[in-house]
Amino acid sequence: MTDAKRTLSKEIGDVAMSLDGDAGSAGIVRTRRVSFDQPGRELVLEGGGTLSPFTLAYETYGTLSERRDNAILVTHALSGDAHVAGRHSANDKRPGWWDMLIGPGKGLDTDKYFVICSNVIGGCSGSTGPASENPATGRPYGTDFPIITIADMVNAQAMLLDHLGIEKLLAAVGGSMGGMQVLEWAISHPDRVHLCVPLATAARQPTQAIAFNEVGRQAIMADPNWKGGHYYGGKPPAKGLSVARMVGHITYLSDEAMQEKFGRRLRDIHDYSFTFSADFEVESYLRHQGLSFTDRFDANTYLYITRALDYFDLTRQHGTLVQAFRDVKARFLVMGFSSDWLHPPYQLKEIVSALRATHKHVSYYEVESHYGHDAFLLEREKMEGIIGAFLSSGAHTFALRR
Amino acid sequence: MRRIDYKLIEGLVPDGATVLDLACGDGELLAYLIAARNVRGSGVEIDQAAVEKCVGRGLSVFHGDLDAGLADYPDQSHDVVILSLSLQQLRRPRMIVREMVRVGRLAIVSFPNFAHWSTRWQLFAGGRMPVTRDLPYQWWDTPNIHLCTIQDFRVLCREEGLCIERELYLRSMDRPAPDRPVLPNLLARVGIFAVTRC
Repeated sequence: MTDAKRTLSKEIGDVAMSLDGDAGSAGIVRTRRVSFDQPGRELVLEGGGTLSPFTLAYETYGTLSERRDNAILVTHALSGDAHVAGRHSANDKRPGWWDMLIGPGKGLDTDKYFVICSNVIGGCSGSTGPASENPATGRPYGTDFPIITIADMVNAQAMLLDHLGIEKLLAAVGGSMGGMQVLEWAISHPDRVHLCVPLATAARQPTQAIAFNEVGRQAIMADPNWKGGHYYGGKPPAKGLSVARMVGHITYLSDEAMQEKFGRRLRDIHDYSFTFSADFEVESYLRHQGLSFTDRFDANTYLYITRALDYFDLTRQHGTLVQAFRDVKARFLVMGFSSDWLHPPYQLKEIVSALRATHKHVSYYEVESHYGHDAFLLEREKMEGIIGAFLSSGAHTFALRR
Repeated sequence: MRRIDYKLIEGLVPDGATVLDLACGDGELLAYLIAARNVRGSGVEIDQAAVEKCVGRGLSVFHGDLDAGLADYPDQSHDVVILSLSLQQLRRPRMIVREMVRVGRLAIVSFPNFAHWSTRWQLFAGGRMPVTRDLPYQWWDTPNIHLCTIQDFRVLCREEGLCIERELYLRSMDRPAPDRPVLPNLLARVGIFAVTRC
């Protein structure tokens, strides 16, 4: 459908673009699913045991080249999903979560590249997670779902690539938890990825981030509706999840961004109400973010994914970070964001130093931004050029090697 | 045409060396050294647009400020560290020279020679800060905040305990000085020093 639409808009040129008013869009896309239920295709988990059967939800944009050498995997963050670009229908109000960077002529140019994004294992947007049916009981897993790790997410993605017939990725690109998956790709599948672009991330989950995640988890588990994780069929722990999301949101912003966005402005009132209702705009914003999150996200998934984040530590796993990257073959573009205090630039530079220690090909780029951690989802103009340049110069070397 | 100063620098770099180019700009020198000397090169650059150009050329570059030093680079991790025509723009030139010989076995520094006769003459005859082809700025908007002379740099090397392995000069940007130059501190527009820790 995407192809047909693009061909059409190419044929009638600018007229079509101005008519649909969505130039640069990846177009109308739909989420696909693939189930791995055949024997011998179970997911072997890092924490022991296997997951089988399982399903992955994914979307693709652009066309896979005949040589299958233009595939880019985009990996999503904590609350993301497979819908990274384009729209699900013509009157879909919100495009995919990284639509600003993905589409014809954009940084991840879908006229050149075949872009794939899948919902992580353990997720709640189409891939198998705690809300999925446990084949052993016929009921949702709940907290019987196994603990998953970043490596498990990546290994599931590798099975998706097998399914799509892609032996080697041109690139893996992702921010925050997506960046951790990118690092894991380079380490655990060194022959399957040529370029890596980790953004706003870390080689080990920092203490402060574990702390915030723990607050979120405690909020969920303190909600009486949580019921030890077996709440499906009843009322979900929406209050707890909403508080978890509010805490998360604070860590994605910055002092400056909050000052600018909300200041001390009051919401629809001229004076304090002298009650505990949401007088301040920032309160009302957080309440809204928390509440709307509960419509689309599963509280148990929040527990599982934050756990996966907290367990991520390449130094623990490999001894040192230098050792972790020793067998990496990919070229790296590592990007930090100046006001990100969840993953400050020093955490990105740590990755760069470790790669450099064994003379890996690595570039570091720091985006000047006051948006905090969220900058990687917002600073289109400051990111597009450098990512585009890295991909096209890397595409050249990829083609030469094959 | 290839810049003469790059050619002279190339002559100082061993084949296959690991090279770190500080203030590498858009990566022209690095790309040249990779092509000519098969070096394993990387750069440091502060300007975003220049970093983007480096990345577009397939170079490995670190977006950072040299005035913060080279803390992320381990001791003696490179064969050669280069600082081409940028020493005079740094806030802490002495610190960076020290960092260069810490990180690299050989440091190559090139800089405009402020004692060239043309700058001397402008200061002497006109009584004003020199504005030349190589230093084309007025004093109030120049990025060149730490100008020095060939003689000054020799003194710095002595004070830092550095051995000068080679000293090369440019008569102008398109003409190298003769092999045995007379009065380089008066006649050279650019000095290129290769130094090591003694």
